[in-house]
Amino acid sequence: MNLVTQKETTNMSSIVRAVDVRKSYGDFKALQGITLDVPKGEVLCVVGPSGSGKSTFLRCINQLEEINDGALWVNGERVGYRRVGNKLYALSEKQAARQRLATGMVFQRFNLFPHKTVLENVIEGPVQVLKRRRSEAVEEARTLLERVGLGHKCDAFPVELSGGQQQRVAIARALAMHPQLMLFDEPTSALDPELVGEVLAVMRDLAKTGMTMIVVTHELGFAREVANRIVFMDQGQVVESGTPEQVLSNPQHRRTQDFISAVLS
Amino acid sequence: MLSVSKDMASGDAIDADSTQLEYVRRRHWGRYIASAVILAIVVYIGLAFAHGQIEWTYVARFLTAKSILTGLVNTIVMTVLAMALGIALGVITAIMRLSTNPVLQTVAQAYVWLFRGTPVILQLLLWFNLALVFPSIGAPGLFEFRTVDIMTPFLAALLGLGINQGAYTSEVVRAGLLSVDTGQYEAAKSIGMPRLQALRRVILPQAMRVIVPPIGNELVGMVKLTSLASVIQYAEMLHNAENIYYANARVIELLMVAGIWYLVVVTVLSFMQSRVERFYARGAGRASGRQ
Repeated sequence: MNLVTQKETTNMSSIVRAVDVRKSYGDFKALQGITLDVPKGEVLCVVGPSGSGKSTFLRCINQLEEINDGALWVNGERVGYRRVGNKLYALSEKQAARQRLATGMVFQRFNLFPHKTVLENVIEGPVQVLKRRRSEAVEEARTLLERVGLGHKCDAFPVELSGGQQQRVAIARALAMHPQLMLFDEPTSALDPELVGEVLAVMRDLAKTGMTMIVVTHELGFAREVANRIVFMDQGQVVESGTPEQVLSNPQHRRTQDFISAVLS
Repeated sequence: MLSVSKDMASGDAIDADSTQLEYVRRRHWGRYIASAVILAIVVYIGLAFAHGQIEWTYVARFLTAKSILTGLVNTIVMTVLAMALGIALGVITAIMRLSTNPVLQTVAQAYVWLFRGTPVILQLLLWFNLALVFPSIGAPGLFEFRTVDIMTPFLAALLGLGINQGAYTSEVVRAGLLSVDTGQYEAAKSIGMPRLQALRRVILPQAMRVIVPPIGNELVGMVKLTSLASVIQYAEMLHNAENIYYANARVIELLMVAGIWYLVVVTVLSFMQSRVERFYARGAGRASGRQ
């Protein structure tokens, strides 16, 4: 942390700040000017039809995609750049990896490391990236796995777990890195219906601890209950934003109304 | 008609006796017949070899001849070293090929193009005769050697076989790396790993399941490819066998000796390969992939 970035951090209460963020793949415009602030401690649910750019926006925050235009800050730092004076220097591979440490990410398809046990999955980051002592990391990993209800599965391989259990391990793996912000990319979309609840329960508990969370989801019930704010996206734009009550019960825009009635029917 | 329907009724109906029925396993008659035929053919061929014009006493005598055993050791040493060099170069080249750096990509591509595109025997001869191009090797002012002094048959064979192997192995490794789900790269990135660390800790270990069988294939190929090094006077097994039959004219007997030893080495290697495969099947659910 140099002086400049520290100063920027103190000026901003937002963990994520997006200003006119644009991203396209060839001719396809995935994001067409997203402007959004996510204050510390907020649980933000992003909803919208598939192809609306929700996941793309999430992936931009974690630098899995590079934005084409606009500006994006995470934790007070420009994503993908290092500011020195009035210049923004593109980050090296290693610096980008360091910057990513501010965010944890949970994927739709879990993406656990199949060749490692549950415990090894969780300690991989702390030991290999943060260079923490293995014994320390193991102790903390056990606590985390206990917290997501999987303390008894430490030595299992991912293939031996149900989808819901795998996703809970994935959440523990992300939390083990002590991120400032947790990103959830449709965390329950690949799950059998009866397994959705256990994952949402873990996320609900996490929200109660004050963790800043951005959740791309189709679970409107969860969004209504847990989110501080809901953003409705369509065609790469934020169409509507407000409290769950405002967006879900009293949507102002036609597209939001159509989407909500389609999901609820 | 009546009797048929009666049969079906007794076969399918759930009656009180159905718990007492005996299970009869499927009989694979075809397998028994095929085994008998194959066995007969093998015995026939075996007898033909035993009674042919091959002096088996010579085979037995030369099987443990000192020169043959030295050659065997040289073959194994060259196989191991050349393959190690090949795998190291292959992994590095595959990673370069898949990087986003255009310079590294081009260098990797050119390397594979050049060494896959020319016969390995030509490469062996070129390395052995490197003095024609570079009369001396060294850092000016620090040290300098005459190339003919350094470029022994051993070194020339190692460089020729290893560097050639690296070009092939790189494609095997690249296929393995590409076989790993992109979600694994993303997961590794999301816990803060830079690319090389992600490759080492997450991607390569998973790619090994795909890489090991073809590498085993290439290793077995290398055992026999070392025999090409005889053209540059490297004293591997076939080279030594040739030297013996030039003297005593027992050509087929000595080729049998070499053949037996090659089979032994390949058998041991195949066994080791299955152990390695089992190791990398960790967490993959089904180890053997039998269908």
